[in-house]
Amino acid sequence: MTLKIERRAPPVWMRVILPILAVIITFALTSALVLMVGASPLEAYYHFLVEPLSSRVSAVEVLVKATPLLLTGAAVAVAFSGGFWNIGAEGQFLAGAVAATAIGLNMHSLPPAVAVPLTLIGGVAAGMAWVATPALMKTRLGIDEVVTTLLLNSVALLAVSALLNGPWRDPISQWPQSPDIAAAAILPKLIPRSRLHLGFLLAILVVAALGFVLSRTAFGVRLRAAGMEPDAARFAGIQVGRVMLTTALLSGGIAGLAGAIEVAGIHYHLIEAISGGHGYTGIVIATLSGLNPWAVVPAALFIGLIDTGSQTVSRALGVPVYLGEVIQATLLLVTLAVLLLQHYRIRWERRAA
Amino acid sequence: MSEASLLAFLVGLLAATLRVATPLLYATIGEVYSERSGVLNLGIEGVMFLGAFVGFAAAAQAEAAGWGAYLWVGLVAAMISGLLMALLMALLSVTLGLNQHVAGLGITLLCTGLAMFGFRLVFGERPVLPRISPFSQLNPFPGTPILDPLLNQYLLTYLAFLVLVPASVWVLYHSNFGLQLRAVGENPEAADAAGINVFRTRYAALAIGGVLMALGGAFLSLAQLGAFSPGIVAGRGWVCIALVIFARWDPLRAMFGALLFGGMFALQLRLQTQGFQLPYEVLLALPYLVTILALAVAGRYAPYPGAYLKPYRRE
Repeated sequence: MTLKIERRAPPVWMRVILPILAVIITFALTSALVLMVGASPLEAYYHFLVEPLSSRVSAVEVLVKATPLLLTGAAVAVAFSGGFWNIGAEGQFLAGAVAATAIGLNMHSLPPAVAVPLTLIGGVAAGMAWVATPALMKTRLGIDEVVTTLLLNSVALLAVSALLNGPWRDPISQWPQSPDIAAAAILPKLIPRSRLHLGFLLAILVVAALGFVLSRTAFGVRLRAAGMEPDAARFAGIQVGRVMLTTALLSGGIAGLAGAIEVAGIHYHLIEAISGGHGYTGIVIATLSGLNPWAVVPAALFIGLIDTGSQTVSRALGVPVYLGEVIQATLLLVTLAVLLLQHYRIRWERRAA
Repeated sequence: MSEASLLAFLVGLLAATLRVATPLLYATIGEVYSERSGVLNLGIEGVMFLGAFVGFAAAAQAEAAGWGAYLWVGLVAAMISGLLMALLMALLSVTLGLNQHVAGLGITLLCTGLAMFGFRLVFGERPVLPRISPFSQLNPFPGTPILDPLLNQYLLTYLAFLVLVPASVWVLYHSNFGLQLRAVGENPEAADAAGINVFRTRYAALAIGGVLMALGGAFLSLAQLGAFSPGIVAGRGWVCIALVIFARWDPLRAMFGALLFGGMFALQLRLQTQGFQLPYEVLLALPYLVTILALAVAGRYAPYPGAYLKPYRRE
């Protein structure tokens, strides 16, 4: 017997069914860990998926958690669609957070209508700058961007650490953190006395704009063509290098914006754990969405729900909060495998003699 | 600084360099096996972390049970965890032919989550980190003048430099298996036509790689620290990804690279304790920057394995 794989066009219903199938398989696999703690998996998944939505406070928290993920997910999705394997959203996020802090700290004499846009634009520019080196190395020198973007994540984290232990060290705080940014640079709240801020709406707008650009504009067509079949795209007269450079900058800018929004919307200062892996989670979300910006929204909300739920389940059942991370990683791998079914039909066939 | 104290400083630095380079060397050579067979395994960072945790947890349990060889129990357990994760990576990247970057990062996320979950499960939330008594250093020539601190090393360090490196050179360049491994990494179609089982060879390469990565992680918890903490690996796996390119996929060059990068870390630690004013992060960032610069200068000529990142499907 041998495994035979045939390519086929993906039926539309599969795009909906497969992610749900992936979630079910993931929960079945990870329930082994819940059982190890001595808790009931069904009860655990109730606390994961239903309880956070049952109160207004925790439902809003899901949106708060989803905000940076919407952006990093979109950043990775656009890069991967364009064939630029940006593993560096984490570093671009940090670069954006650093720039937003640098600008936000100096906005004391300006009105919010100026300070907020400047802070966010600074984040976008820094994210673009951080991805520019790997992008140029890729398009000009043909050097694999996976490793360069990945290594720059570690450099960005070290740069944040150097800033927090050096020039930006807040003398009042016991922990390495920067002083707070100016009040004028802080994003206004959407709901008073909650953590939900304007960044959530901005994130939705960015994702929607991206969805429009990718599916409805000539640039979107060129971007996807360059990603799928670069040789064919070149033959069709598309300047693949230039399109890829734009894709990379777009991706880095969105990831940088996520970092800036996290500083200006949630923390108001820089800490070492400002990202804590949002860039990598962006890869999970992009994969979950099948690289479709519209589908980034449910994917990011779902991961935001898992993030919130892992705290609920930890409080209720004593299951370590890290179950959430295991679920996200398992979901990534299962989705990757399950999406194969979309393009391929797998058949067992008797081996030819 | 007087001549004698300068000499002592340098010998001490070199001794520390060997220690710091040891986990890098295990994991880098592990990654060399994987990539030479055509598979980039970005699970390295997570597998080192999981190896550090599983090794520590198993050793702590065995020590509590009063077993004399508890550290070896830990090592074996870590190696098994690395093997299992490598097989999962092989299933995803070789059998299913999935995107290697995403699958590898998924493995890293999975290992990180599993290790932290396990750590909380086994040790609970404690104010003080649990500890074991780690491997002790040994000196085959005690009492050697000047070089005494240099020779005083862990057995795992001696094994890495004196056994793993020459053995890997032999395996990769002089054994039949190594020839097959390089063949499937360069040109799987031709290797297949020559009767080499591409899938089995890649599974074997990833398995060896995963075991070595986990060993590198276990060295940190079982020898260097005698403890496990969430920051124990702290990007060393990514350093190894850089090292493999820097070493041009060669085990011997990997050794020199590990010494060079290890030397930067060791120097950083020394300078920090001596109250030197340079931010230590600058030295820590050097391995990454040096590799990116090396790629920018000579990347076009980097001898990437021919089938790097390409899954193989039999037609």
